[in-house]
Amino acid sequence: MKTVSPFLELEEKPRVGVTFEGERFELPEGENLAASLLAAGVRVFRRTPVSDAPRAPFCMMGACFDCLVEIDGVVRQACMIDVVDELEIVRPGAEAAKGTDDAAK
Amino acid sequence: MQRSDVVVIGAGPAGMAAAATAAGHGASVTVLDEQSRPGGQIYRDVDRAGPARAAILGRDYLHGARLSGELRAAGITHIDGAEVWAIEGQGRVSYTRRGCAAQIEAGRLILATGALERPMPVPGWTLPGVMTAGAGQILLKQSGVLARRAVLVGCGPLLYLVAAQMVRAGTPPVALIETQTRHDLTGAARHMGGALRGWRHLAKGLRLLAEIRRAGVPRYTGARGIEIEGTDRAQAVICQSGGKTHRIACDTVLLHHGVVPNTQAARSIGVRHRWDAAQHCFAPVLDTWGGAEGAEALIAGDGAGIGGAVVAELSGRIAALRAVEQLGRITEGERDRLAAPLLRARGRERAVRPFLDAAYPPFAEALAPADSTIICRCEEVTAGDIRGYARLGCLGPNQAKAFGRPGMGPCQGRYCGLSVTGLLAQANGQTPDETGYMRVRPPLKPVTLGALAQMDGTGDGAR
Ligand SMILES: Cc1cc2nc3c(=O)[nH]c(=O)nc-3n(C[C@H](O)[C@H](O)[C@H](O)COP(=O)(O)OP(=O)(O)OC[C@H]3O[C@@H](n4cnc5c(N)ncnc54)[C@H](O)[C@@H]3O)c2cc1C
Ligand code: FES
Repeated sequence: MKTVSPFLELEEKPRVGVTFEGERFELPEGENLAASLLAAGVRVFRRTPVSDAPRAPFCMMGACFDCLVEIDGVVRQACMIDVVDELEIVRPGAEAAKGTDDAAK
Repeated sequence: MQRSDVVVIGAGPAGMAAAATAAGHGASVTVLDEQSRPGGQIYRDVDRAGPARAAILGRDYLHGARLSGELRAAGITHIDGAEVWAIEGQGRVSYTRRGCAAQIEAGRLILATGALERPMPVPGWTLPGVMTAGAGQILLKQSGVLARRAVLVGCGPLLYLVAAQMVRAGTPPVALIETQTRHDLTGAARHMGGALRGWRHLAKGLRLLAEIRRAGVPRYTGARGIEIEGTDRAQAVICQSGGKTHRIACDTVLLHHGVVPNTQAARSIGVRHRWDAAQHCFAPVLDTWGGAEGAEALIAGDGAGIGGAVVAELSGRIAALRAVEQLGRITEGERDRLAAPLLRARGRERAVRPFLDAAYPPFAEALAPADSTIICRCEEVTAGDIRGYARLGCLGPNQAKAFGRPGMGPCQGRYCGLSVTGLLAQANGQTPDETGYMRVRPPLKPVTLGALAQMDGTGDGAR
């Protein structure tokens, strides 16, 4: 899955090990998780519950929810998380990535 | 429960300036922002950017460091990483931080939640590799990450700024596909009137364009028929320009055709909004100070209507003066005296907007997309679906939710709300005001039961 990344990192920083879908990546510690996964060559962050279409970060500001990933059983926006050592990241299950509107009612 | 004289939501220029001004008059201030560092969109992460990044981003960006410095003044508590998900009653604000929920009671509430990029539904815009131009810029500001082979598509000053920043960083975009026409620009010239400031903005734009041209970035202007090609990721942009069809191969597509107020928080507390025809979006109905119609809150910055960073900063200070006057810390007379120069400066800055709004109108195709184009990214509802609901008698966005769930996914309509209103209004021959907008209900951001369970009786869980 590791292809040449379409993104370039301007600066070198100390790295820590994380896994995404079981694959190991060395990401810059304390940096934004979505940005770091993109720079590491990850292209598909999640698949949509409706049509299983691939998605990746779109807004990078916490608004679109296309960067959703699952960490420790909790579905979160990768663009709102910093990289820390030993993160185990997976694509969210179809149920988990559904809307909140129903639950809120 | 925690309590502050003034609670500010958003730590962009508007929120930072509001906090500094209110604290300067002795008010206790808490600033909540979901980002892990202050700055908002324009000054994203300004405290951490090293000299290399600062050189790429330019002087305007570094002004933010002065503002974020003011946030460290006595009397201000900045709670970073705080996602505000509910505002209730007399200014009780609920938020989640690091997985714990907490609440704070506000004497006066100032919303400074900024802008979102205008949704730009074109075929293929949901593919991995397609982002907003602002997202491309956030990657650079916040992480020093740049797209190697990007095509920028759309219009507006921010598009040129991002292109120029990419040039300075040594990774110029593969191409710039511009949707505005020469006609838009000449038509805009009549809005210049006495506003010399307009020329300054124009000159800034021309300098950016010169930088882009010197780098040899091909430009396609007056582009139409824009489509993004690819099956599981973006591989090329197709467009028509100058009477020809072009296909430009790339890995990343950065879309942009303006910014619109982020109205989620204001709508959730019942602030009345009105369609702004010049800016082609909804904006809250406010008095001079930013006082909202329909709810007890002040609104400042781009969330009050798009004015840019300077207007955001000024309106933050103006709103804060009103707040401290309401709290009895200054008299109305003092408020008016202190506000007068700020109001004048804001008036001068705003004078340029009609020109910018006319020079860079939204991309017409993205306001009336082909039937097969996805409008609601979350629930994958197409423009044709929305038109179909209208044929079945659907008049408004809330009714549309019952037909096919547009706006009911996790983004809660942030990237489809304006499209749904626009399409229904077109189909039913109504105005956007008549059509209305999706009702926004808390939680504004998903909250887990675990986070709620962490909230102790005092509501101080997340500090
Ligand atoms: C992606 C993007 C990039 C931009 N880049 C530039 C640029 O380079 N130059 C320029 O002149 N203009 C830029 N703009 C325009 C920009 O809107 C203004 O210049 C300026 O940032 C507006 O300031 P503000 O204080 O109103 O809002 P913002 O700077 O947007 O700040 C709003 C803050 O509110 C926070 N917030 C929103 N909702 C919540 C919530 N529910 N809970 C907690 N926090 C919340 C956000 O995290 C954000 O930090 C950009 C706009 C966008 C959307
Ligand atoms: S990329 Fe849009 S929410 Fe993270």
